[in-house]
Amino acid sequence: MRTEARVLLGLGTFFAIMDAVYWFWSKEDAGGVMIIAGTLLCFLPGLYYFWWSRRMRPRPEDDPHAEPAQGAGVVGTFPGTSIWPFTLGMASFVMVLALVFGVWLVVPGVALMFWAVVGATGESRRGGQH
Amino acid sequence: MTEVLERPAPAGGHGHEEHGPTGILKWLTTTDHKVIGLSYTVTAVVMMVIGGAFAEIIRGQLSSPNGTLVSLAQYNELFTMHGSVMIYLFAGPFAFGALANIIVPIQIGAPDMAFPRLNALSYWLYLTGSITMLSGFFVAGGAANFGWVAYAPLSSSVATPGSGADLWIGGLLLTGFSAIFTGVNLCATVFYLRAPGMTMFRMPIFTWNLLVTAILILLAFPVLTAGLIMLYADRHFGTHIFSVAGGGVPVLWQNIFWFWGHPEVYILALPFFGMVTEIIAVFSKKPVFGYKGMIFATLTIGALSLGVWAHHMFTTGTVLLPFFSIMSLLIAVPTGIKMFNWIGTMWRGQIWFSTAMLMAIGFLITFLVGGLTGIYLASPPLDFFTHDTYFVVAHFHSVVMALVLGAMGGLYYWGPKITGYLLNERIGKIQFWFLFIGTQVFTLPMYLLGLRGMPRRMAIYPQHPSWQYLNDWATVGALMIGVSTILFVVNIVYSWKRYPAGDNPWDGHTLEWFTSSPPPHHNFYRLPPIRSERPTWDYNHPEHRALEHGHHEPAVDGSVK
Ligand code: HEM
Ligand SMILES: [Cu+2]
Repeated sequence: MRTEARVLLGLGTFFAIMDAVYWFWSKEDAGGVMIIAGTLLCFLPGLYYFWWSRRMRPRPEDDPHAEPAQGAGVVGTFPGTSIWPFTLGMASFVMVLALVFGVWLVVPGVALMFWAVVGATGESRRGGQH
Repeated sequence: MTEVLERPAPAGGHGHEEHGPTGILKWLTTTDHKVIGLSYTVTAVVMMVIGGAFAEIIRGQLSSPNGTLVSLAQYNELFTMHGSVMIYLFAGPFAFGALANIIVPIQIGAPDMAFPRLNALSYWLYLTGSITMLSGFFVAGGAANFGWVAYAPLSSSVATPGSGADLWIGGLLLTGFSAIFTGVNLCATVFYLRAPGMTMFRMPIFTWNLLVTAILILLAFPVLTAGLIMLYADRHFGTHIFSVAGGGVPVLWQNIFWFWGHPEVYILALPFFGMVTEIIAVFSKKPVFGYKGMIFATLTIGALSLGVWAHHMFTTGTVLLPFFSIMSLLIAVPTGIKMFNWIGTMWRGQIWFSTAMLMAIGFLITFLVGGLTGIYLASPPLDFFTHDTYFVVAHFHSVVMALVLGAMGGLYYWGPKITGYLLNERIGKIQFWFLFIGTQVFTLPMYLLGLRGMPRRMAIYPQHPSWQYLNDWATVGALMIGVSTILFVVNIVYSWKRYPAGDNPWDGHTLEWFTSSPPPHHNFYRLPPIRSERPTWDYNHPEHRALEHGHHEPAVDGSVK
């Protein structure tokens, strides 16, 4: 976990320095703000990982001497097949078409999206179809 | 001796066999990263063919000064949609959604992507986004015609009232979210699903590059999405963010667009850098030269890419020239490191000139041309002279055609892993020569045309003897590239289920060559111990195992620390 944190914090630090130079040199707002956003986007997860990396024992994937057997057990829950990503995709499609062909399409779009979100959440709670 | 142990089935209750639906229902409901990756690959290659067809029409129109193949209005639509299809619908999704989706989890010994359903959603958003953008050709007023960069005020509702422009915006909203979700997924997969022993500094370079790509996606794409929403608001809700009339700032659009657009260049390039790194190492029978230097260079490129956007805006007169010039020139340093490392990897290697390897070498040469001419463009005085001429078109086509070579290399290299069958090498090599020579015949005249002042985005041009033969050559090159694409399709048809690949046809280094071709559901029945960045090689060649990062003293007792 430590390397992961360092990658993000390193990038964030670079962006912070770069932004300071850019801001004081150019006095231009848009770019300065966008780089600050980039800096924060690196620091938020970076600090979180850093905080964790000091509290947890190294995982098998952080241990250069780990044996494959150490990965035994729960890797995570993986869903089987699911129709909901497709449904959600079609709902988003309808919503975007509403931008072009008329606001009324928002109604079926939102309905479909709601259905898909409810369906996907229910599926997660049941542990997925197989 | 090495010992291989079963890795038990992941939790979630099912074993390695897939008992899901079949046929179209399987395609609609799958959450398997290999099936999704294959859908991405096929869709992206189809987009490449569509974008290529537009390009051939463009070159046909330009083969004579007063071409009549298409009207002036149609020409605007064609170059806009050619650029848009190629960048948004082919190169990007191919780079981070296609082979990456299939290979990254396998390279780190993971059973799937971290969020399989989100991954499926990414694909559906990509597909529907592509359909949305292309459907612009079927509405009144035609497809978007303001160039792939949609500069204000050309993209305003006054200059471009048609719904083709709105479909372009809508398509990009969908593909933009698709990219963001893929970025989240790749980061989480790399951070949380690595196999035991697969430390960060043992990940294959391809996976490392995809991690940096994913971070760049997360930094850049939200900016584009926000910009598109502002653009839509300007067009339909009466805001004046980008229009002078209401007190807005047109050049703000350029800042926003290129704040996404330059990182996008590296979002496109880094995955292909990763592909050729793997290909060159495997076909030189050597480990990657300067493994850590390669990673450092990738991270440096990623870091710098956020501070160079306004090199596309030198001529607007509103940007801090020295800052952007210095930052852009600095990118040449890590890119140079990579070039030397690639050459170092081949140096004294036992090179096997397979089609994939030829494509990778073609990538190196073509990308070098694009990179070197990029250094010229990073210098403001030279850019003032060449901006918006064919010099720029030639520069970025050297770059993107290098990416096409890399993509083909990746398909020849990993295709057998995905399908279980090899492609024909003889047809592949002919395809390579058409693609490689065609690319140079197509781009080199365009450099000269640019230096002689021919502007880009022109459907007709003055009769000019020193322009004409150059345009003819560029068209010949474009036709050769077209032939190479046809040869690729011919090869797929000809080789269909003809040459079984086996698990490890190239004597590969990384984990994907340890499992079967195609890999089983959830990818692995067993994993080798991971002691270097080349676990499969170490397993197959215990006498030549790699020590940590390229220290190659022979291990006396056969053990590796
Ligand atoms: C057969 C291969 C190709 C040919 C013959 C070709 C040809 C051209 C030509 C002649 C133009 C200039 C049009 C003009 O300015 O009037 C152009 C523009 C462009 N091309 Fe390509 N191209 C090819 C492949 C690609 C690829 C693979 C990509 C990206 C992955 C790409 C991206 C672009 C972009 C972004 C533009 C700028 C569009 C604009 O001005 O808005 N092209 N292409
Ligand atoms: Cu750029």
